[in-house]
Amino acid sequence: MAKITMREAISQALWEEMERDPGVFILGEEVGVWGGTYAVTKGFYEHFGEKRVRDTPIAEAAIVGAAIGAALTGLRPVAELMTINFAFSAMDHIVNEAAKLHYMFGGQMVLPLVIRTPGGGGRQLGATHSQTPDAIFAHFPGLKVVAPGTPADAKGLLKSAIRENNPILFIENATLYQMKGEVPDGDYLIPIGKSTVQRPGKHVTLVTYSKMLPVSMEACNSLAKEGIDVEVVDLRSLRPLDMDPVLESIQKTNRAVIVEEGWKSFGVGAEVASRIYEDAFDDLDAPVKRVAQLEVPLPYNRTLEQSAIPQTADVIRAVREVVQ
Amino acid sequence: MANLVNMPKLGFDMAEGTLIRWDKKVGDSITRGEVLAEIETDKATVEVQSTYDGVLAKLLVEEGQAVPVGDPIAWIAEPGEDVSALEAPASDTSVPGETMNEKVPSPDLIPQPQQSSKTTLGRVKVSPLARKIASERGISLQGVQGSGPGGRIVKRDLETLLDKFLSQDTKKEIRPLPSPNPLVDRSAIPADEVVKASRLRQAINRRMTSSKQQIPHFYVVHEYDFAPIMKLRSELNALLPEDQKISVNDFIIKAAAMALRFYPNLNASMKGDEIVRHGHVNIGVAVAVEGGLLTVVSKDADVKPLRLISSEVREMAARAREGKVRPEEIEGSTFSISNLGMFDVEEFSAIINPPEAAILAVGSVKQTPVVVNGELQVGTRLKATLSADHRITDGAEAAQFLQCMEDFLEQPMRLLL
Repeated sequence: MAKITMREAISQALWEEMERDPGVFILGEEVGVWGGTYAVTKGFYEHFGEKRVRDTPIAEAAIVGAAIGAALTGLRPVAELMTINFAFSAMDHIVNEAAKLHYMFGGQMVLPLVIRTPGGGGRQLGATHSQTPDAIFAHFPGLKVVAPGTPADAKGLLKSAIRENNPILFIENATLYQMKGEVPDGDYLIPIGKSTVQRPGKHVTLVTYSKMLPVSMEACNSLAKEGIDVEVVDLRSLRPLDMDPVLESIQKTNRAVIVEEGWKSFGVGAEVASRIYEDAFDDLDAPVKRVAQLEVPLPYNRTLEQSAIPQTADVIRAVREVVQ
Repeated sequence: MANLVNMPKLGFDMAEGTLIRWDKKVGDSITRGEVLAEIETDKATVEVQSTYDGVLAKLLVEEGQAVPVGDPIAWIAEPGEDVSALEAPASDTSVPGETMNEKVPSPDLIPQPQQSSKTTLGRVKVSPLARKIASERGISLQGVQGSGPGGRIVKRDLETLLDKFLSQDTKKEIRPLPSPNPLVDRSAIPADEVVKASRLRQAINRRMTSSKQQIPHFYVVHEYDFAPIMKLRSELNALLPEDQKISVNDFIIKAAAMALRFYPNLNASMKGDEIVRHGHVNIGVAVAVEGGLLTVVSKDADVKPLRLISSEVREMAARAREGKVRPEEIEGSTFSISNLGMFDVEEFSAIINPPEAAILAVGSVKQTPVVVNGELQVGTRLKATLSADHRITDGAEAAQFLQCMEDFLEQPMRLLL
């Protein structure tokens, strides 16, 4: 086990899969000569060459469209979009083609496509570059959506994604690239569509994923000092959404809080809460509580931006309220 | 600031209460929850606790005085506060008889649970989990005080209630361990003690020896689903003051008495070659007293309402324990019940109380795993053992009698009709 950053973990996954399978290649803006906007693909261009690490024009529709074409011919493209906000420019390709081709053509072709893209706010990039629209993409059957919250999960899930024959949106978080964590040595896979308990506890179930995982873990450490023992379930994949660990946990704790970075309305928390009410109604001892971003376009001003995004203190407050 | 204490409303139909005794004197300090006074209503004498901390500054009512609900009875002030100016506020109840029913129950005192979990529409606020637990365990939610937000009943409220219920019957005290000294110092081992058997002990000796020697006993055990009784009991008791609550045993007395009507051979005595089937159904209830036991008798229990059985057994048992029982209260039983349920007993067998034909030995109500429709569930069960006289009755009849009791105990509404 080595302690490495999220950036290194993702980079290792890409590198190992490209070494393992010559069909895997990378395309995107600044991924080659520059080494990636977030330096994830630094050194790839020099090692794997320009055919397998392809710089593209600033045209997200072209990037995803070309990647879909390549996947249909049998290659395994890993397309990088500079931020998830730019995925809207490629929406038609993602939603109407990637998510549906296998289905609409009766399974005649598979689509081994991974779209990597960082999302989330908190870096003063303004309203159009700071969004967390994960729920939008998780809405479409046919498109898997993965969003890891630890370096170990990032590596294992990305390797699984590259080997999978279905289109996958792999959402990273720009503020987590520097986060360090223990990562197993060598080749390992983490299955897509499996939630996991990141912290066992007995008083309340906290459901979260991605950036809000470390935020929630910090809140849990503080709550533990008050005697509130929180069990944290990390969704890791939004589609398929694995509710089993969540429901099992609620059978034990009878209370739930859902923490997400995106907006509350029609969000991940709304979906998870509904499923809890549908499948665990009789196990609940209190209403399910959601913690989410304030319903405003994210402000540029740092103080305002921080107050709009869920912070540790917001999570602590919500948990206290639910265990009342 | 001084607070005014008013006559509390202790029952839904209480109009006035008589202040029997002040438990505090003027100048005494008092804390929340301490007993301030005893108040007698039509139904009972109730201790009333203060909801204020402070010093009892002024009594506005004398002992023995009847006071309409809501009228002021005392001032509680802060320590050191000048109380000379405190007066009873001008009463606007010139005709108490007409207005007192409209008085708002006093919020000053907490004789009974005050905050109810009912919403304005009368629906009980309860979490889904608590609702499920209540229905599984047969707990009535009426009258349960919720501790969740807005008075919602949550799991911990029912756990508290269950704990209280379980500890009520099996109060566990930590017994002191014998001193380890005798092991070292043999002279400290007490010598044998010879005590003269009391007259009661001698009577028990004679009667039980002759019963066990002369009556051919046989035993039949039956297990009852007690969830319906426990549910009904909590519903009934929510309506009754503390000193009138109906016990598990009261239900069993009533059920046995009603079942005996159908099985006259168990309500009988052997007299030479004849069997006397008694016309009355008089149930003897074994009461543990100092140095032995007595059987107090609930006469004609088959036709008496449950509340009457409950109150007379309670009163007779209290008198028996104080040694003040009246002779007619321990005579004439035609069938007896011995209940050791309060001592966490699974089941036991009793010796017949001659000249009766049978005695019912009752164990504890227990939560136990049961199989219902092929699935494992938590059940509420009670085991009862009938000891019967084989000269008068037989196994099949005894078993049928116990089955007949099941009809009453498992559909306990029948005991109220």
